[in-house]
Amino acid sequence: MNYFITHMSAVFPFLVKGAVYTVIITAMSVFFGTVIGLFLGLGRLSKKKFFSIPSSIYVDSIRGTPLLVQILIIYFGIPNLYNMITGDRFTMNVFVAAVLACSINSGAYVAEIFRAGIQSIDKGQMEAARSLGMTHRQAMRYIILPQAFRRIIPPLGNEFIVLLKDTSLLSVIGMEELLMQGQLYISRTYASFPVLLEVALIYLMMTWSISRWVDYMEYKLGVKR
Amino acid sequence: MEPIIKVRNLYKNFGDLEVLKGINLDIAEREVLCIIGPSGSGKSTLLRCLNMLEEITSGEVIVDGNDLTDPRVDINKVRTETGMVFQHFNLFPHMTIIENIMLAPVKVRGLSEGKARQQALELLKKVGLSDKAEVYPDNISGGQKQRVAIARALAMSPKVMLFDEPTSALDPELVGEVLEVMKDLAKEGMTMVVVTHEMGFAREVADRVIFMDEGVIIEEGTPEQIFKNPQNTRTKEFLWKVL
Ligand SMILES: Nc1ncnc2c1ncn2[C@@H]1O[C@H](COP(=O)(O)OP(=O)(O)O)[C@@H](O)[C@H]1O
Ligand SMILES: [Mg+2]
Repeated sequence: MNYFITHMSAVFPFLVKGAVYTVIITAMSVFFGTVIGLFLGLGRLSKKKFFSIPSSIYVDSIRGTPLLVQILIIYFGIPNLYNMITGDRFTMNVFVAAVLACSINSGAYVAEIFRAGIQSIDKGQMEAARSLGMTHRQAMRYIILPQAFRRIIPPLGNEFIVLLKDTSLLSVIGMEELLMQGQLYISRTYASFPVLLEVALIYLMMTWSISRWVDYMEYKLGVKR
Repeated sequence: MEPIIKVRNLYKNFGDLEVLKGINLDIAEREVLCIIGPSGSGKSTLLRCLNMLEEITSGEVIVDGNDLTDPRVDINKVRTETGMVFQHFNLFPHMTIIENIMLAPVKVRGLSEGKARQQALELLKKVGLSDKAEVYPDNISGGQKQRVAIARALAMSPKVMLFDEPTSALDPELVGEVLEVMKDLAKEGMTMVVVTHEMGFAREVADRVIFMDEGVIIEEGTPEQIFKNPQNTRTKEFLWKVL
């Protein structure tokens, strides 16, 4: 028992530091992922092949490959490719690689969420808007997207939870996020069980908070009408 | 006088399915035209071609002098001339009733919020729903929804109103209130094209009735001619079934 408490409190400051990174990376990736996802989602729905085909290729290839592989490609693969092409060397910043990989990855999933959300809005809404003389863009902005956003909140919240958990994969490139901080401590002390348990509890706390927040948003937007 | 809507040799296909097969039609200003016919005969498609909600396969549709098939014509501008009322209302559920009515005047016409609100309130009064301005569409009845939809279309001051079975989705006891609003509009001289199964309304309000079947206009005439003395056997059969 003493062993437990000693290690759990000793590792705590490190884990907090890691958790802060986890949150920052998740928040930034959620932001960029949502922006990427919105454009890709609209792109996939576009009648113009110039937009729809690249969007589909992006979404399908990202969703069809493991995030772990994507992380490795960005952190190790890209500098290697750069070296092959130019003969120069550069090292990828770990944090940049982390945010890049997670944003690119979540963009693909968010795109699908947006696409499904937009498609779930009755066709009559677009027709009514257009019949009033609105442009396609106006109809999207004032009629379709606001309604789609409400429906999107639960799956979007879910995607954020998945992403937060998946940032643990960033430990393979040495990003000092929550899990990595735990592993570093374990490698010094071998106290794996108490530390991993604490790591898990902190993840749980964070995901639980997101899901409460999503519930709240859903409630807030739901009762408005 | 020049007709406000001219349809010339209009064809419309959905893939291999030929839905409109050479429609010719003139609609005069202030005319009330009712379109009747069996389900699947192409009535909605014809109506939707009049404001380009459906792309025209071939032929011409000219609205207030604008040839809709001409790529130089600003379709969004022409659409403001033709208000449309749908069978399923298609109100915007995330906006209050008054916001539904104000949106297009503000965003499309560039009207100020204040002016748009004032106009919306007048329109709500006209359709008898002044007390529902701040309510969301989910909280009013079908008949009230359709009256709001009419007010929303009128807010753009269209020259023509298109109605696609405006009472077909309503409980029978709610049909009357919507037809009343439409009758008032007709009396004011609004040009109206109404696809309807309400033969009583067509008989009473229409200047002209068109019977469509399988993508062609089979017969047209005054309500008197069509309802009392139809010439074509298909018209007779249809009327016999619905009356
Ligand atoms: N978007 C569409 N795609 C394919 N077929 C359609 C579409 N809209 C209508 N149709 C077909 O066109 C025909 C005429 O439909 P419609 O104009 O809605 O008839 P009505 O309004 O007289 O009942 C029907 O056979 C219908 O199935
Ligand atoms: Mg129809």
